[in-house]
Amino acid sequence: MKHEMTNQEYNEYIKKKTPNSKIFTNCIKAFIAGGIICVIGQCITALMKKWGLNQEDAGTYTSIILVFLGALLTGLDIYPRIAKFAGAGTVVPITGFANSVVSPALEAKTEGMVLGTGAKIFTIAGPVILYGILASWLAGIVYWIISLF
Amino acid sequence: MRIGRQTVKLDNPPVIIETSSIVGVKEGEGPLRSAFDKVLTDDTLGEKSWEKSESMLQKQTMLLALEKATLAQGDIDYILAGDLLNQCVGAHYSVRDFDIPFLGLYGACSTMTESMSIGSMLVGGGFANHVMCLTSSHFCSSEKQFRNPLEYGGQRTPSAQWTVTGAGCAILASKGSGPRITHVTTGKVIDKGVTDISNMGAAMAPAAIDTLLAHFNDTGIKPDEYDMIVTGDLGVIGSDILVELMMEEGFDIRENHRDCGKMIYDIEKQDVHAGGSGCGCCGSVFCGYIYRELKRHNLKKILVMATGALMNPMVVEQGESIPAVAHAVTIEN
Repeated sequence: MKHEMTNQEYNEYIKKKTPNSKIFTNCIKAFIAGGIICVIGQCITALMKKWGLNQEDAGTYTSIILVFLGALLTGLDIYPRIAKFAGAGTVVPITGFANSVVSPALEAKTEGMVLGTGAKIFTIAGPVILYGILASWLAGIVYWIISLF
Repeated sequence: MRIGRQTVKLDNPPVIIETSSIVGVKEGEGPLRSAFDKVLTDDTLGEKSWEKSESMLQKQTMLLALEKATLAQGDIDYILAGDLLNQCVGAHYSVRDFDIPFLGLYGACSTMTESMSIGSMLVGGGFANHVMCLTSSHFCSSEKQFRNPLEYGGQRTPSAQWTVTGAGCAILASKGSGPRITHVTTGKVIDKGVTDISNMGAAMAPAAIDTLLAHFNDTGIKPDEYDMIVTGDLGVIGSDILVELMMEEGFDIRENHRDCGKMIYDIEKQDVHAGGSGCGCCGSVFCGYIYRELKRHNLKKILVMATGALMNPMVVEQGESIPAVAHAVTIEN
C-alpha cells in the first residue's frame, strides 16, 4: 500500500468504521426482559409460600422451576429467540445459566454421551462455576477472619 | 506466463464450462433465490450431524455439476476442494466416494478463488483437461466450530457476519465454450493486527486491498475495465473499508465493486448484521448468480476476489491477531 497504515492506525480507523452496539436500547430491553423473569420468579415464590413453604424452601423451589423453564425453552429453541431481544436480560438470571448448560449439551450430543455431552456440557458455564466457588471460598475466609475479632 | 510479482497471465485460458450451486433455506429467501440451482428445504440434508450435512451438501453440489456438464467422474482429472471445518472434513468426506485425484485446500472464505486459481494453472499449464473447484460452508457447523452453540442465547454485534449455508462447484476445462479465466493474482497473508473475531470484514479488507493493488500493478488493467469487481465476503464494513482505502490509493472502484456477502441476503430484512460470510458465500454466489450473468453476456470482464480470514479461535484467545488472504481471478467472456 502506498499510504501504508501501521497496525495501530488501522485499528483506530476501523473503530470509526464499525458501528457500536446500541448500548442504551440494549440496556432498556435487558432491564425489561430481566425484570419480567424476576417478576415470574417472585410470583412463583409467593405461590409456594401461599402453599405453606417457608421463605428458604420457596426460594429453592423457585430456582429449580426457573432452571427447568430455561432448559425447556432452550430445547424448544425459544430461549435464544427471546435472548436475541433481551441480551443481558436473559443471560444474567438463573434461566441464562440453564441455557448456557443445556445449549452445549444439545450441540455435543452427536459426539456421544461421554465425550460429547459429558465433556462439553460446562464449556460455557464452567468458568462461572469455578470462579463462583472460588469467590465463595474467599468470602468464607474473610468472614472467618472477621468473626475472630 | 508470469507477470509481475503475484500474477500469472494464462496463455491458454481455461474455460469455466459449467457450475452448480446449492444453498440453504435462509439463503433461498434472499434476493438471489432464482440464481441458484437448488434451494434446500432442510439444512440437515437428512444427516445426523452438521458436519455430515455439510459433506452431503458438497457431494450433492459436485454431482449436480457433473450432471449439468454431462461428464463422468473419469473425465475429471482433479478435484480441488475445501471448506471451513477442521481438517476440511466437509471436503474429505464428500470426495471419499469418488474415484478422482484430490487436492484439499484451506483458504478459509477465499477457497473458491484459491481453487479456481490453482485449477486454472493446472488446466492452462496443460496438466489437466477437466478440474473441479468445489467449496462449501454451513451456518450450523461453523457456529459449532468457531462460536457458540446454536441454542445459546446471545446477541451478535452489529459487525458480525452470518455464515452462508451453501456450496458452489465450477468445472474448468481446456476446451469448450464459456467464460475464460485469463489472469490469476495470488494473495499474500496480511495481518493488520485486528483481534475482534466479530469483525471479519475489517480483518480481511487489508488483504483484499493488497491483492487488488498487486493485480492492477502486475497486469496494468484499469479498474473501470471491469464490469464488476466482486469480493467474497467482506460484508458491509469490509466493503466500505476496501472502497474507501482503494480511493486513497488512487483506484476508484465505487461503481463496479460488489460483495457476495452483501448480495446473498437482504441485509435489513433478513437481520444478518454486516452480511454473509463463509466459503459457500462466494462459492454459491459466483457459481449461481455471477456465472449466470456471464453466460447471458450481461457481464463481459470481471474480477472475482474471495477473501479469507484465517482465524483460529484458540490462537486468537492466546492473544494473536487474525491473518487474512485474498486471491483474485480475471474472468472474460
